[in-house]
Amino acid sequence: MSSLAQVGQLPRLPHTGRVTQARVALSEWTKLRSLRSTRWSLLAAIVLTIGLPALFAAVTSSHWGSMSPHERADRHPLDIALAGVNVSQLAVAVLGVLVITGEYSTGMIRASFSAVPKRLPVLWAKTAVFGVVTFLLMLPSVLIAFWASQAILSRHHILQVSLSDHGVARSVIGGAVFLLLVGIFALGIGAIVRNTAGAIATFAAIFFVIPPLMNVLPASWNHAITKYLPSEAGRQLFSPTHDSTSLSPLWGGLLFAGYCAFAIALAAVLLVRRDT
Amino acid sequence: MIEARALTKDYGDKRAVDGLSFTVRPGIVTGFLGPNGSGKSTTMRLILGLDAPTAGDVTVNGKHYRDLPAPLHEVGALLEARSLHGGRSAYDHLRALAQTHGIPRRRVDELIDLVGLHDVARKRAGKFSLGMGQRLGIAAALLGDPSTVMLDEPVNGLDPEGIHWMRNLLKGLASEGRTVFVSSHLMSEMALTADHLIVIGRGRKIADTSTHEFVSRASGNIVLVRTPQATELESQLAGPDVTVTTNEPELLEIRGLTARQIGEAASAHQIVLHELTPQVASLEEAFMTLTRDDVEFRTLAAGERVA
Repeated sequence: MSSLAQVGQLPRLPHTGRVTQARVALSEWTKLRSLRSTRWSLLAAIVLTIGLPALFAAVTSSHWGSMSPHERADRHPLDIALAGVNVSQLAVAVLGVLVITGEYSTGMIRASFSAVPKRLPVLWAKTAVFGVVTFLLMLPSVLIAFWASQAILSRHHILQVSLSDHGVARSVIGGAVFLLLVGIFALGIGAIVRNTAGAIATFAAIFFVIPPLMNVLPASWNHAITKYLPSEAGRQLFSPTHDSTSLSPLWGGLLFAGYCAFAIALAAVLLVRRDT
Repeated sequence: MIEARALTKDYGDKRAVDGLSFTVRPGIVTGFLGPNGSGKSTTMRLILGLDAPTAGDVTVNGKHYRDLPAPLHEVGALLEARSLHGGRSAYDHLRALAQTHGIPRRRVDELIDLVGLHDVARKRAGKFSLGMGQRLGIAAALLGDPSTVMLDEPVNGLDPEGIHWMRNLLKGLASEGRTVFVSSHLMSEMALTADHLIVIGRGRKIADTSTHEFVSRASGNIVLVRTPQATELESQLAGPDVTVTTNEPELLEIRGLTARQIGEAASAHQIVLHELTPQVASLEEAFMTLTRDDVEFRTLAAGERVA
């Protein structure tokens, strides 16, 4: 810092060409990996996704002898293997929100939009980079969660399934797809609301507050409406069992992906129109 | 080159920028001067396309900012409001901006050295002092070697050494043929760096002139005269464009006449003068006189509407 006043003039730089989607994606990758919140959120998601199934498998194993036949029949190995997904979705959602609201709260968005004034490439790049990173970390996590919980249960020779069994691979991979979509849905909400606390509250309302409220409605209404809620539709991706009150994994997953696409599309429209 | 045509921006009922037209030319430092809240920062946001104008238009090098294919090569901007994530290091911040344009890594290092942040480049920018944050913002502005440099209150938070460095940098950038547009609410700072001034108050343009002209026009020809025959001189000088004020006996403050005219009139009427001093208003006074009039006028108008 010492010889500031003596430092000479600005060195020249040959033109390096225009802003491209690929360059913006690289920039967003640098942004994502250079923040502590990214590391902590993803670490929390990994630990919860793997740790909770391992814990539940150990508890189930140790109590198996004292369980009634009815209780034993109620236990499903995939419910145990994917128990962590229900919790780690919150960590993924918070990071999804922060990816965009963090720019608004700090003022970084002004630098980002000055460099990429068309704005939309920033939204596409954020969605793609965050989505790929989340999926690449969550897919191994759910697989490890599956194998770890199965390994613990196998010591007591209980609740054994194979990835080749019907619906098992779909549920396990579906868990990772669900987390990917939750993250994108949260990112969309973040871009619409533009405020961290507001976006997390909105996400929590849609995912955790509205579904239980449906139980207050008459049963016929509840069954007609609930399965179309984002959280319920998305849950079918990794839920091992389905009945008349739920959508199939395919339709549930597609509907949830549709909600995500709608959130991102609305975010895109607002992003271009609004002042920063 | 920045060109604004009848640029107007409303935020709700409040008009922040009001029919502003100006041209910022290359090769000189153009100062953008106005009191706090006069619309300088809003104008810069409109130039960068961060906010959309309510009416009018502004272009950089003949194009709307949003249509520039590689904006960092054309405009480097430092905004007054902090524009970086405090959780990221200075290096990562610049690297992320550079990558949007494919600007190589060594350019980032070059600029970190240029602004003197080498020792703290890997530290989180949120821990930076105001001055260090300002230098990082300047590094970001200069990253793309832009033909136009636009800085909002760049000396804020800089120490004297930093201010000196900034003045030299701005003059250097202009001498290389770049367009340099610098805002400030401090006239004295502008007088040292700016060749041309665009002065605004309440979102309207008050003056668009060379710094030299601005000062001489605003200083308004005040002459201080000390004479034992004050009353006699006053009556001799009386005229439609002449105002005379007296703060103490034998001392007159005369506007509207030059020292030469006063001296000759005194001689013709055999009036003894003890002192005859032309007063050059300070830049700060000139600036305040201009903007105060504008502010008062605007406040009165608003009050009238309410009544």
